[in-house]
Amino acid sequence: MDRWPDHKAWFLVLPVAVLVAFSAIIPLMTVVNYSLQDVLGGTYFFVGAEWFEQLLHSDALHGALQRQFIFSFTVLAIEMPLGVAIALALPRRGWQVSLCLVLVALPLLIPWNVVGTIWQIFGRSDIGLGGWTLNELGIAYNYTSNSVDAWLTIVVMEVWHWTPLVVLLAYAGLQAIPDAYYQAAKIDGASAWAVFRYIQLPKMRGVLTIALLLRFMDSFMIYTEPFVVTGGGPGNSTTFLSQYLTRLAVGQFDLGPAAAFSIIYFLIILVFCYVFYRALEGIGKGAP
Amino acid sequence: MVMRKRSFALTVYLVLLMLPIYWLINMSLKPNEEILGALTLYPHELTFQNYIKIFTTPDWYQGYINSIIYVGLNTVISLVTALPAAYAFSRYQFIGDKHFFFWLLTNLMAPPAVFLLPFFQLYSTFGLIDTHLAVALAHCLFNVPLAVWILEGFMRGVPKEIDETAYIDGYSFPRFFVLVFLPLIRSGIGVTAFFCFMFSWVELLLARTLTTTAAKPIGAVMTRTVSASGIDWGLLAAAGVLTIVPGAIVIWFVRNYMAKGFALGRV
Repeated sequence: MDRWPDHKAWFLVLPVAVLVAFSAIIPLMTVVNYSLQDVLGGTYFFVGAEWFEQLLHSDALHGALQRQFIFSFTVLAIEMPLGVAIALALPRRGWQVSLCLVLVALPLLIPWNVVGTIWQIFGRSDIGLGGWTLNELGIAYNYTSNSVDAWLTIVVMEVWHWTPLVVLLAYAGLQAIPDAYYQAAKIDGASAWAVFRYIQLPKMRGVLTIALLLRFMDSFMIYTEPFVVTGGGPGNSTTFLSQYLTRLAVGQFDLGPAAAFSIIYFLIILVFCYVFYRALEGIGKGAP
Repeated sequence: MVMRKRSFALTVYLVLLMLPIYWLINMSLKPNEEILGALTLYPHELTFQNYIKIFTTPDWYQGYINSIIYVGLNTVISLVTALPAAYAFSRYQFIGDKHFFFWLLTNLMAPPAVFLLPFFQLYSTFGLIDTHLAVALAHCLFNVPLAVWILEGFMRGVPKEIDETAYIDGYSFPRFFVLVFLPLIRSGIGVTAFFCFMFSWVELLLARTLTTTAAKPIGAVMTRTVSASGIDWGLLAAAGVLTIVPGAIVIWFVRNYMAKGFALGRV
């Protein structure tokens, strides 16, 4: 569909532009400003790229970045196939649809700190069903002292929390497939696998790309849930980027390094964002 | 046979999904002695004292009211500003439209942690700290781009002939937009409102940083359960259950549009 060329349309976009300028551009300028300066007794010095150099050689940042990538990819590798599988198992019509959708979506609307609280309680060996069961089975599980257990808890929590998003997106993609496709497949005697591989999967490509990239972004920014459950510990084993940044900025009030870090963080996201946008555009053109 | 295996797997998944939530509800209905004693699968000494305490202590219920106020405020601001913008993106070509749209999306992907410090300073300058408006505006950072994105998807589905016919019939733009166009995409508006509600409701990092007492969200109030004598688990669980309730109500209303909405109107 061609759009009318009219530059006056900017007036319609103006409220959004003003609002986003207030909530994004001005704060971002402050960050850039801080990243290049140092404060000593209330006076500001221009330090150039010093903070950036310091950060790029910082082991703490490398550690957090590494953990962040491992975490995001682990979570994606579990959530995407699981989400698609559940979406395929959901009923297509009937009263069960509403019930299933409501139940599946419920974790998405729980405040993130409460998600953390739920798993903090659930994983405890004294009062939580999950931790208690594991220990009764003879598995020594304690997420506050063992970093492997802490990782496991956070990954399971993230999968529990966000797989529903993949399910709903994949389900939306499946619902958009016309019945005629399935009837044709039936006449041809196609196997269930063939139906999935040649009808359902290609039709879900668009929504799955959205799911993949949304999930990547959100898992890359995770903060509240691990903060509540493990507080980044034991040691630094579950400290991810956002948590490290918050500690720098609010905990230690190291404005310069925190700001420089913010910019690096933002640039990483921006690069992925661009890939995301191009991928979406490609789908928009390729779709019938 | 295949169908039965499928519904079995689905049931297992749903049970596992509900188990941690059930555990929270279970705990909220127990007195602390029972929670810390032997593990019980259902409350043996059923009590509502945790809920009663929340509903009778102003500090507690004020937290819920604060959260609902800034979430509502944010939803209204997001919708009102995003509607005309989404219309512009879906109908017109203008200088820099693609760049601006992409730039809006980058805000959707910006980690809130990056904006923590600058927000605090910006809102301090304007004297907005500890107001509901501060949190509502801060959440616009991700909700306005999201709203524009979803609404644009829905608006593209409306044929342009409708606009043309209306203008030929002598409708002015504002009259056409409010009386003809908005009713056409009301399900899209509903879905968008749902998403704004959802993302503002679940966010805590910004909400907590920008408030101290008067506009403190429920998520921050919940830390009150930690005291010198340990954590008041029952109260914490009850407060948690009550934060799930508004979400559950909202889901029920939009359940039929949800699948489409989660695909951001682009399926």
